[in-house]
Order: sequence, then C-alpha cells, then structure tokens
Amino acid sequence: MKRLRARFSGRGLVVALPYLWLLLFFVAPFVIVLKISFSEVDLAIPPYKPLFSWYAEHALAIRLNFNNYAFLFTDKLYADAFLNSVKVALVSTILCLLIGYPMAYGMARARPRTRNVLLLLVVLPFWTSQLLRVYAWIGLLKANGVVNNVLIRLGVIHNPLALLYTPFAMYVGIVYSYLPFVILPLYANIEKMDWQLIEAAEDLGCRPWQAFYKITLPLSRNGILAGSMLVFIPAVCEFVIPTLLGGPNSLMIGRILWDEFFSNRAWPVASAVAILMLLLLVPFMMWYQSIQARETAGPSG
Amino acid sequence: MTSVAAEMAKAAPWNDPHARPYVELVRVSKFFGDFKAVDDVSLKIYRGEIFCLLGASGCGKTTLLRMLGGFESPSSGRIYIDGEDMSGVPPYERPVNMMFQSYALFPHMTVEQNVAFGLKQDRVPKAAIRERVAAMLDLVKLGEYAKRKPSQLSGGQRQRVALARSLVKRPKLLLLDEPLGALDKKLREHTQFELIGLQHQLGVTFLVVTHDQEEAMTLASRIAVMDHGEIAQAGTPTEIYEFPSSRFVADFVGSVNIFEGKLVEDEPEYVRIASEEFGGTIYVSHGISAAPEATVWAAVRPEKILMSTTPPQGADNVARGAVQDIAYLGDLSIYLVKLATGKVVRITRPNTTRHAEAIGWDQEVYLSWDPSSPVVVTR
Ligand SMILES: Nc1ncnc2c1ncn2[C@@H]1O[C@H](COP(=O)(O)OP(=O)(O)OP(=O)(O)O)[C@@H](O)[C@H]1O
Ligand SMILES: [Mg+2]
Repeated sequence: MKRLRARFSGRGLVVALPYLWLLLFFVAPFVIVLKISFSEVDLAIPPYKPLFSWYAEHALAIRLNFNNYAFLFTDKLYADAFLNSVKVALVSTILCLLIGYPMAYGMARARPRTRNVLLLLVVLPFWTSQLLRVYAWIGLLKANGVVNNVLIRLGVIHNPLALLYTPFAMYVGIVYSYLPFVILPLYANIEKMDWQLIEAAEDLGCRPWQAFYKITLPLSRNGILAGSMLVFIPAVCEFVIPTLLGGPNSLMIGRILWDEFFSNRAWPVASAVAILMLLLLVPFMMWYQSIQARETAGPSG
Repeated sequence: MTSVAAEMAKAAPWNDPHARPYVELVRVSKFFGDFKAVDDVSLKIYRGEIFCLLGASGCGKTTLLRMLGGFESPSSGRIYIDGEDMSGVPPYERPVNMMFQSYALFPHMTVEQNVAFGLKQDRVPKAAIRERVAAMLDLVKLGEYAKRKPSQLSGGQRQRVALARSLVKRPKLLLLDEPLGALDKKLREHTQFELIGLQHQLGVTFLVVTHDQEEAMTLASRIAVMDHGEIAQAGTPTEIYEFPSSRFVADFVGSVNIFEGKLVEDEPEYVRIASEEFGGTIYVSHGISAAPEATVWAAVRPEKILMSTTPPQGADNVARGAVQDIAYLGDLSIYLVKLATGKVVRITRPNTTRHAEAIGWDQEVYLSWDPSSPVVVTR
C-alpha cells in the first residue's frame, strides 16, 4: 500500500515536470508579452506604461490599450509582412520536402553502414552555430564569392550575378538550415516501413513509381506532416536568415518584430505582433494535432 | 490421394518426355554472400499442377519462390515461365502472383481495398472488381470484415486476406508461401479443398510452400522435398512416401524406422541385409543397385509393421521386443517397442475395435513385415 502510494506520487511528479516547464518558460513569458501588448509606449525603462495602476486610494485602474492591435491593421506593412512570411514559409516547406524526401528515402534504402554515415552527415551541421553557417552562405553568394568566382572561371557568366540580398539567397538559407528537420522525421518514418509491401505492390502489377505513389507516399504521411511542421512554424518567424541573406526588401514578420523591439523601442507594438503571429500559427498546430490524435487513437495506419 | 493428383496421374505430364513444362528451373543457385541458400535446383512444373515445396525451416523455400516472383535474381541458372526466359523481367511483368509468408498487407487500406488492389492496377471495370472481391472474400470467409484495416484482424484472418489478394487476380502461376500455416485444422482443410476447387475452375498452376507434410500430401500433384537448398527428391506424394530415395526424405515425410545393415545377398529379385540394429536379417523382395557388402538402410513405415504375441512364420524380418510405450490417438495407437538390440521401433495400429487392446505395456511381442514393405536406400 505504501509502495503503491510512493509510486503514484512519483508518477505525479514526473507528469508535473513538463507542465512546470511549460508554465515557467511558455505561459509566464506569454502572459508578460500579452500584458505589454495592451499597454502604451513610454519613454522609460521598460519602455511602456504599466497596465495596472492605483487610481485614487483603493481603486485599481486597468487601462487596456487596443491601439497597438488597431495600429497593426491600419498600416498595410504588417499585413503584407504576415502574408509574405506565410508565403516564404510555405515555399520553403515545399522546397524542403522536395529536396528532403528523396534524401530521406535514399538514406532509408541504403545499406546499414552507409545509412549511419549519411545520418551523421545530415546531423553534422548542427555541430556549428546556425549563425556561422548563414555567414558562410554570405561568403559563398556575395559578388566576389565562391559561387560567382567558380561560374566566371568556368566561363558560364562574365559578370558576377547578384545572388546575395535576393529572395533566392533567403530561400537558399532557409531551406539549407531547415532541411535536417525534414529529413530526420521522414527518415525515421520511411526506415520503419516494410519493404515487402513494395514487393507486394509490384507483384500485383505496380511499376516502381506507382508503388511509391500508392504505398510509400501514403505510409510516410506522418513523416511528411511532422517535417512540414518543423519547417513551417519556425520559418514563419524566421528573422536571422531574411536579415542576413534576404536584403532590405525581404519583409518578414520576424524582422518587423525585431525592428519594432530594438530599433523603435516600441515594445507594445512588438508584443502585439508577437501575439498575432502566435494566433496565426495556432490553426496549423491544431490541424496537425488533430491528425496526430486521429492517427494514434485509431488503428495504426 | 486428392482428385488433382489422381487426375493428373492419369496422363502425368512429368512422365511424358514431350510435354512442355509451364515453369522450368535450370540449375538455379542463389548465394547470399558466401551462403548458398538455393543449390543447383532443376525443376519442371506443368500447367495445372499443385506443386508443393516441402522442407525444414531455412532450407531455401522462400528464396526459391522469390526468384520465381522476380524479387531475387538467381546467382546462376535460368528460370523459364511458359517458355520465356525470366532473367531481367521485373515482378510486375511476370504472369505470377505471390502470397508472401509475412502477408505484406497494405496497412493503410481496408481488407476490401487490399484485395481489390491488383484488379484496380489492371484497370478491371469497377463493377467487376466489386463482384470478384466480394466473391473472393466469401471464399475465405471474410465478407463481414471487408471494411476493417489489417491491424484489426487476427493472424489467421490476415493470412486469408493475403491469400485472397493473390488469388483474386487469377494469374497463370500462383506462388503461395505457407498459405495456411496460421489457420486452425478445420479451416485449413476447408481452404485446402477450396484451393483444389479453384485450381479446377481456373486452371491455375500452384507452387505451394509448406513445412506441413500432411498438407503437402493433401494438396500436391507432386512434391519436392528440399534439404539445405537442394532438391532431395521430387515426385508424386505416393512416390515420396512409398519410395523415398534417401534416409532424409524417408524421415522427413511421415515417420519411419530405419535399420542400418550390410548387404549380404544382392540378387535382381531380392536382397538380404544383415542388420545388427535389427538383430537379424532383413529380406526385401526387390533388387537395388549397390555394391556388395555396402552399408545400406532399410526403411519401414510404422503402419507396415505387424505386431503379434505369437511368433510369426519364417526367420527373416522378425524381431522380438517389449512394448515400452503406448500412445492412444483415438483413430490409431502408436506403440514403441524396444528390441533386444536396444533399438526402439515405432508401430502404428488402427483401433478397429472399441475395446482395450490385447497388447499392453511391457508385453513381449514379435514384430514382422511383408518383404515388399521395406525401402532400401543407400544414402
Ligand atoms: N536476404 C538474405 N540475406 C542473407 N541470407 C538470407 C537472405 N534471405 C534468406 N537468407 C538465408 O537463406 C536461407 C534460406 O532462407 P529461406 O527464407 O528461403 O528459408 P525457408 O525455407 O523459406 O524457411 P522457412 O520455412 O523458415 O520460411 C536461410 O538460411 C536464410 O537465413
Ligand atoms: Mg520461408
């Protein structure tokens, strides 16, 4: 009886831990940001007016300020930035899938020893900081960078191409950075698949590509979804890569947030942007969750 | 014997040198690294046969089937189906369907969709697909499970889906890898007869892998017994059972008593074997081809041994022993009799009466058999 209780409370503790973590590092900051988003700018430290103030003697005054949100809807810049972020994230996700799927598939079909080497190669970039790797792309793409020099040396072009500070460079940076996040879940998913299913499909008359389309692809749906989410959500908020590679015209919501926060010191507006960004992502996450839930609740599919 | 075997035996194509085999394997071998999984196999299978591959686990049955299906290419040798060389022909272009030992059902499709898969692939009209799938599901008694996913089925039900999926396309050649292993005895017998019926109806040629020799006997027009990648013997069930070519085959198919001995008289009409194990001489009423004084083995089936409490006539093929064990199986009883030499002999006797047997434990008995009963093998 005693042991049972001890085990029970132990389990409770283990379950409570992640919740505690979420409370401390997600809910609390979120509440703070939410609070700031409803306050007014002030020339102070921190640069906003308190939300709650003691009015007269004992009356608590709450001044909710919706102007920050209203402001986001009046200035077209923000809507454009939102839309552009979604577009960039979507295109990046699709590119990552198109490049990552064949890579994951190849890895899963490779011989076990080759497979481990390939896996190591995919994870290897994580050993250096992402910032450094993005800087490396500047070195590759700039006017007298490696890519241009090689192309000129080969005689393909005569004048250096403007690669850096273009949407192209930004996509290169994002796809490059997030590719492992697509490859790893896809690999884990495809690797588990029973190859005899492909044989069975071919036996029943499928050509290899038909077998891929009818068997492999549907069975790797979970990997595709997981990989997409892992790229799409951070890519929407991405700001380092658009700033460093994308040039002045890459209007990303993450970048706007940064500018509002650090350049304009407009914390309330920045917070409002952050809250809206979160709201934007909630439907995607809910959709993903519902699919995952259906998958685990029903028979394994 | 089954109707298929009986019917085919009438005009047995394998005895006809001019008959054209539907499937022909010519000296086929398969290596996995250094390991020889299939060793120099040559086989001819004729149209309309139910040909059984019988062998212990790991002897290369699945590998042989996979080569016919096109999933594995032979390391050497050639495979012909309907006279066509199959080397380099991919699975989807072979007139063959395979039922996989592990079933390989598509987990994201329902039972119905699994069975319909091959027909859809062939662009069979929708109505025909529905009809044929329903008929096939009825055949394997899975009609009410049509909408389930494979993960919601029992092992035996999955096996039946796999069977249905391979049968529904009515290919010219069907490769079945242990098609009935997971079914209970009743259902297995039922399905065996359904398979035979289907064979009649559609004229499909079957190549069935099994390690259940009873099943092989029931189904097969011919059986090939495999041992470590080689074909030990191929022949009709009767040939395999009554005229095994080696100790391995005799022992693998059914149970048998084997007596080692020396060839002492070797005449065209009979041979006499002096066997220490038997404790006397064994007289066999047919000639064999072996060197004089060679070590040979006389194999006698348990049901062909007569057991009596009084000494039988003649001196050959008679031994004395004591009953060591009796197993009552209902329809028949198995007796283990220990000879004076220490050798334990297995005897089966049908229980023709309902009363307790006259022969009991520890009783002294005489064993004997007809001189035509033993098979003499030289390896
Ligand atoms: N892909 C492979 N690589 C290496 N060895 C293999 C491979 N496939 C089969 N083998 C080996 O070849 C031998 C024959 O295998 P196979 O699957 O044909 O046996 P089987 O007769 O079907 O046995 P079972 O009755 O258990 O199904 C086995 O020893 C197996 O380990
Ligand atoms: Mg096998």
